[in-house]
Amino acid sequence: MANEPKKPLLEITGLTRRFGGLTAVNGLSLTVGEGELVSVIGPNGAGKTTLFNLISGLDAPDAGTVTFEERDVTGFTAERLASFGLARSFQHGRVFGNLSVLDNVLVGAHTRLRAVKPRIPVVGPLVELALALIRPPSVRAEEERLRAEAKEIIALFGERLTPRLDKPAHSLSYANRRRVEIARALALHPRLLLLDEPTAGMNPTETAEMLEIIRSLKARGLTILLIEHKLDLVMQLSDRVVVMDHGARIAEGLPAAVASDPAVIEAYLGHKAVGAANQDSANQDGGRDAEGDASRILVAH
Amino acid sequence: MGAGYGQGFELTPEGPIIVFPTTLGPWLDYTINGLVIGNIYALLAVGLALIFGVSHLINFAHGSVYMVGAYIGWLCVTKLNLPLPVTFVTVAAGCGLLGAVIERVGLRPLRNAPRIAPLLATIGLSVVLDQSAQLLFSPDPRALPTQLPTWRIAIGGGSIGALDLLIAGVGIGSAGLLYGFLRFTKLGWAVRATALDRDAAQQCGVDVDKVNRTVFAIASALGGVSGLLVGMYYNTIDPNMGFQAGLKGIVAQLIGGVGNVPGAIAGSLLLGLIESYGIALFGTSYRNLFAFVALILILVLRPNGLFAQARRLPPEPLTGTFIAPSRPLVLPKWAVWGLAALALALPLAVQQPYLLQTLGNAWLYALLALSLTLVAGTVGQVSLGHAGLLAIGAYASSLLALDAGVPVLLAVPLAGLVAAALGTALVYPAFRLRGHYVSIATLAVGEIVTLVILNWESLTRGPIGVTGIPPLSVAGKPLVSGQWVYWVPLAVLLAFAALQSRLLNSHLGRTLRAIREDDVAARSYGVDLNRYKGLAFAVAGFIAGVGGALMAHFYSYINHETFPAPVSMLALTMVILGGLGNVAGAVLGAAVLVGLPELFRAAAEYRMLIYGVVLLLLIRFRPQGLLGTV
Repeated sequence: MANEPKKPLLEITGLTRRFGGLTAVNGLSLTVGEGELVSVIGPNGAGKTTLFNLISGLDAPDAGTVTFEERDVTGFTAERLASFGLARSFQHGRVFGNLSVLDNVLVGAHTRLRAVKPRIPVVGPLVELALALIRPPSVRAEEERLRAEAKEIIALFGERLTPRLDKPAHSLSYANRRRVEIARALALHPRLLLLDEPTAGMNPTETAEMLEIIRSLKARGLTILLIEHKLDLVMQLSDRVVVMDHGARIAEGLPAAVASDPAVIEAYLGHKAVGAANQDSANQDGGRDAEGDASRILVAH
Repeated sequence: MGAGYGQGFELTPEGPIIVFPTTLGPWLDYTINGLVIGNIYALLAVGLALIFGVSHLINFAHGSVYMVGAYIGWLCVTKLNLPLPVTFVTVAAGCGLLGAVIERVGLRPLRNAPRIAPLLATIGLSVVLDQSAQLLFSPDPRALPTQLPTWRIAIGGGSIGALDLLIAGVGIGSAGLLYGFLRFTKLGWAVRATALDRDAAQQCGVDVDKVNRTVFAIASALGGVSGLLVGMYYNTIDPNMGFQAGLKGIVAQLIGGVGNVPGAIAGSLLLGLIESYGIALFGTSYRNLFAFVALILILVLRPNGLFAQARRLPPEPLTGTFIAPSRPLVLPKWAVWGLAALALALPLAVQQPYLLQTLGNAWLYALLALSLTLVAGTVGQVSLGHAGLLAIGAYASSLLALDAGVPVLLAVPLAGLVAAALGTALVYPAFRLRGHYVSIATLAVGEIVTLVILNWESLTRGPIGVTGIPPLSVAGKPLVSGQWVYWVPLAVLLAFAALQSRLLNSHLGRTLRAIREDDVAARSYGVDLNRYKGLAFAVAGFIAGVGGALMAHFYSYINHETFPAPVSMLALTMVILGGLGNVAGAVLGAAVLVGLPELFRAAAEYRMLIYGVVLLLLIRFRPQGLLGTV
């Protein structure tokens, strides 16, 4: 259905990243079309988060290219990519702990500041400082507009966050912090949203809620690249699934097809067969979870 | 961290020197001297590297341990007349014990605190140790005679004395012992395991506290012996000798790569040679400049040290910062206005010039605190060289008024602009650094400012200082009376405090705080770190620069020692006392720390000790300060 060729929004070719002797991402290629939801799955240590770091500019690849909206963005800084419309959430949650929920989301809208942050070379920062202190009507209007919009985004999560608008993020529950992260990402008005395990640490109810939110984002036409371990969620949401192991892509296709791919089952079950302790160092702490992953993938299948 | 300026290491080898008139001779001497000094740095740097390895802490109290070692040695030699080997053992044992105490007081209670907390605690400890030594032994230097023979062996035009050989022997010997300890003993294995992964080591049954204690004891014993050797080498010791030496150890360690023991030795020898050759080429007064410029270069070009491998896995910093979560006390608007009006009206009710002058001085320091709380609190860049901004502002304004004939009223804001521009430019290379490195880099920048002021005589008048600085005056009427000394700083302070509060309420406030909370996440949302750190430092530089300028015009005399490193430490204590990032807190912190000791007539000599103790207690028991962090 959704995997017929569309205009690719993100195109990755031959991406490689080595850490000393360890190749975390190994010649990986991947495309995400406009409006698509592509999931990346694989055992822990397969290189998924490294892949995200390479795409979002927090890390630079040793080889390969990243093309975003037909522009070569390989090695671009994270702040620059954010201004192109790339937003991400983080695996372990990286909210701004001492900032209020509202301020967290407003930082998400940073790239959209115009009135207070005119694009002027050289003296731009000083103009920004002056505008922030003087606050002419245009600046005040922009701030009000962004605040109203941030509250709307926060309202997407129902009553989870709205009563806690002014609470510092460190006082929130784990699940709520993940929600703040996604709200912050939405405030950027992303062209592409990278979600790194958005339901990690959530119970089944919360996971179901998150599934609905992601589904609604997709329905709004948002392009999403998702890393997720909860296979049932992946199966329900994804247009395509990419399976990674040892930094490389071992399978790609429709969710159902991938789940029955022998190479995928091998990747998950192989760990079990050989025994976690003897695994390749690339999977240091992956072995422990491989069994769980394997049983989950079978259930999903 | 005392006012250890100008002390440094002088090149005064004693004893008869036999020098053959060859061109190479002096250079060989400089090489030997460089290696000897390098050896002394190595004894410090190895200890620092060991401590960093197991506890990820840069121990700023290490220089003070070195000073304590010198004084224990002095007691042993001059008071107890102990033989040299016994002196060495006593120094090592005494300092080892001190190290264990530092670990217990400075590190262990803060194990789960953010990493900057133990670093600040060691600064507090260092102040306490230096000031205690000053109170016990007087600030004056003392001679530490060596009992070694004074013969020197001539080698190829240079010469080596018995003490040189002893220093080399102690250096090599302790490196060997340390290697054996780490390599072949069970405790040594535990140390290495802890350095690799503290939690994993603990899981395997390693007593991490014991490891830390042992490492601090060993490192401090080495540091103390190093102090003893230096005291003997130059035949002089003083309570502030530790500050510069500790910095040199840190520089040497950074050159070699933090936590890298062989790297620390290599870095130390290199630093010793750089300094020795540098002195040969440029003269003694530049000595410390080489070290700090080398430090900045290393931090910028090779932040992992000269010997680090290619890029590694980027660390995933834990979320949360050293900003203690707290609910800041928010004063209602009417209360703020009321307090401001009260403060402004005070000279109408109270006419004691001394009180007004003291409070005026407190308001001047509050400008520094305001500036630092923006940088260290709001943006989370803990600057340890903030007094440098005062110095820049003070010199800029004085020289503009005296040499360029600019009216004082105009010179003061211009000085603010100079401090903003120069301060930002100087710290700019450190913007890419994080955590500890920012602190060390800013400390070095502060030192560089002082050293440039000292050495750039044609502009700054060098060590003589600037005299006859004209006072602030309006329409030809100088504002020098007690009331004006109070009112002018207060008015400027209120204006800047209002401006800073407005800034914190704008989008800049949340952006700057986001950088502090998680710079990686901030970058991912398009926040250009350099731009906003630059903005913050520019605003902070302007405020501190104006503060320094006002000080200069009120004091009428400044020199390179008017704004020494302890002032930076004092500013940090004020800021933490008030609550990091808290504007009202900065004002309160300055009023309490500058005003109260003065009003209670606490003897000036105890003041620094009080600051050190206050800093220690705050970090341990109330990191959020009095009014709470923002």
